[in-house]
Amino acid sequence: MSWFIRKDKGIQTPTEMKREAPDGLWYQCPNCKKVMHTREHKLNAYTCVHCNYHEKIGSDAYFSILFDDNQFTELDATMISADPLNFVDTKAYPDRVKSTISKTGLRDAVRTAYGPMNEEQITIACMDFGFIGGSMGSVVGEKIARAIDHSLKTNTPFLMISRSGGARMMEAGFSLMQMAKTSAKLALLAEAKIPYISLLTDPTTGGVTASFAMLGDFNIAEPGALIGFAGPRVIRETIGKDLPKGFQSAEFVLDHGFLDFIVDRKDLKDKLSSLLQMLK
Amino acid sequence: MRTYLDFEKPIADLEARLEETRKLAERTGVDVSDAVDILEKSIDKLQFEIFQNLTRWQRVQLSRHPDRPYTLDYIERMCDQFIELHGDRSVRDDPAMVGGFGEIGGQSVMIIGQQKGRNTKQRQHRNFGMPNPEGYRKALRLMQLAEKFNKPIITLIDTPGAFPGLEAEERGQGEAIARNLREMMTLKVPVICIVIGEGASGGALGIAIGDRVLMLENAWYSVISPENCSTILWRSWNYKEQAAEAMKPTARDMKQAGLIDGIVEEPIGGAHTDHAAMADILKTVILATLEELNALTPQERISQRIDKFCNMGVVLE
Repeated sequence: MSWFIRKDKGIQTPTEMKREAPDGLWYQCPNCKKVMHTREHKLNAYTCVHCNYHEKIGSDAYFSILFDDNQFTELDATMISADPLNFVDTKAYPDRVKSTISKTGLRDAVRTAYGPMNEEQITIACMDFGFIGGSMGSVVGEKIARAIDHSLKTNTPFLMISRSGGARMMEAGFSLMQMAKTSAKLALLAEAKIPYISLLTDPTTGGVTASFAMLGDFNIAEPGALIGFAGPRVIRETIGKDLPKGFQSAEFVLDHGFLDFIVDRKDLKDKLSSLLQMLK
Repeated sequence: MRTYLDFEKPIADLEARLEETRKLAERTGVDVSDAVDILEKSIDKLQFEIFQNLTRWQRVQLSRHPDRPYTLDYIERMCDQFIELHGDRSVRDDPAMVGGFGEIGGQSVMIIGQQKGRNTKQRQHRNFGMPNPEGYRKALRLMQLAEKFNKPIITLIDTPGAFPGLEAEERGQGEAIARNLREMMTLKVPVICIVIGEGASGGALGIAIGDRVLMLENAWYSVISPENCSTILWRSWNYKEQAAEAMKPTARDMKQAGLIDGIVEEPIGGAHTDHAAMADILKTVILATLEELNALTPQERISQRIDKFCNMGVVLE
């Protein structure tokens, strides 16, 4: 009966001999650690089928979720950052931008587009956290401003999907003034009585929270998203205490009255359409 | 007792000598007017030289000089009358943001600004000039009041930033600032904003949307303080001088970038050396600017204001 008794203990295959599953076939949820097929994950709007963790996704994914059959026309797709201050920290700013462009395939931290959502035209600006922390420089401000212009011109609702660490320091004063610029355009949009929905996703902080992200006719968020003005580390250092559990989560911000509702990404498209339908 | 910054030390030495010479003269009755004259001239010359060649970091230090005039100092010196108004009508009164109706050169105006404290107790009371959301909401309430009674608005900006605290987040610091940005864009009355000291980030911008945005010569205005910029980009506090150079946050830099409309000169030696002269200069500038703005219709002012901010930014297409 010795044929089924293991003589050598443990796994004998050396690490380099292990056959990995092909990249991109399986997705492991960073929250519950469970594994699912990437196709299943994608069909589930990039949320975990087990624990509903909302994966941080970018403009590509949001556009495919929201625009019918992923048909959309992108606005200002080629706009890129200039370097008005000749800014150099540990690296020159243009080099940083260049290497981020080649690394991410994105041009900057926001993409803007218009197209049909459940057969109704909508203009969407969506931030990409992968591009220098989704930071707002002149390009982000200008593209959002022009997207709002497009909304005004075509009388279509405007949806802003924020995911950003805040201002882009390498554009210093210019970056700060993008808060003013986007708010100015939103004042015009409000005057024209065109609906503006602001969707805050994980994370939305700093100058983005203190400008367009909080100015929606409807401020909505994804479950569990970190939303705040100051980042948690800064606050912890200021008050010298640990922060309460759930502080600055979307649920916390909803409780304190700054959000209209929290929406599951799987329901996002239909809920937006129903809401916009009621405003007609 | 005056406080001297590092680079002001040579001036301090000469001023001490001047003081000694005067005392000597008093004691002994010797005529020292020649010596005094020479000393005074060399102090002026030295001050001029030092202040001509200030680095950006030195200007940041000047903007925080402990003797620098604060909002209420200007109000006291510029206004013939001032009635302070309190509270946001919702949570509480924020002592870091002050405001009220004042009379300046025979005109009533609404003056609003961040307020810092002079000593430890006052500094705590004023929260180091860092407003909470209720401060921004109080400011907006006062601006709307000014609009109702058709009075121009003057805001004086001097803050190291909006307060990054727990309660500030609970009460919506981001929302409070954001709302001010949008609402100030469409105020019908003239709005003049002047950065008198520190203009840090959204906390400054939250009361700085105006027809004219001016900066005092030794004020700074940017998206973050040089220290915090250094901490984030260089991962150390020690690169604040480089950060200040890179960010270009001085009045001259901001004017050159087209992000502000004008610079208000300070007396030689800085605003802190002569509060009365500084307030006089500021008052003259405010009155002249008001005259310019009063010549425009509300609609012209609003559309020019919106266009101005919408044109800020540099991109490549």
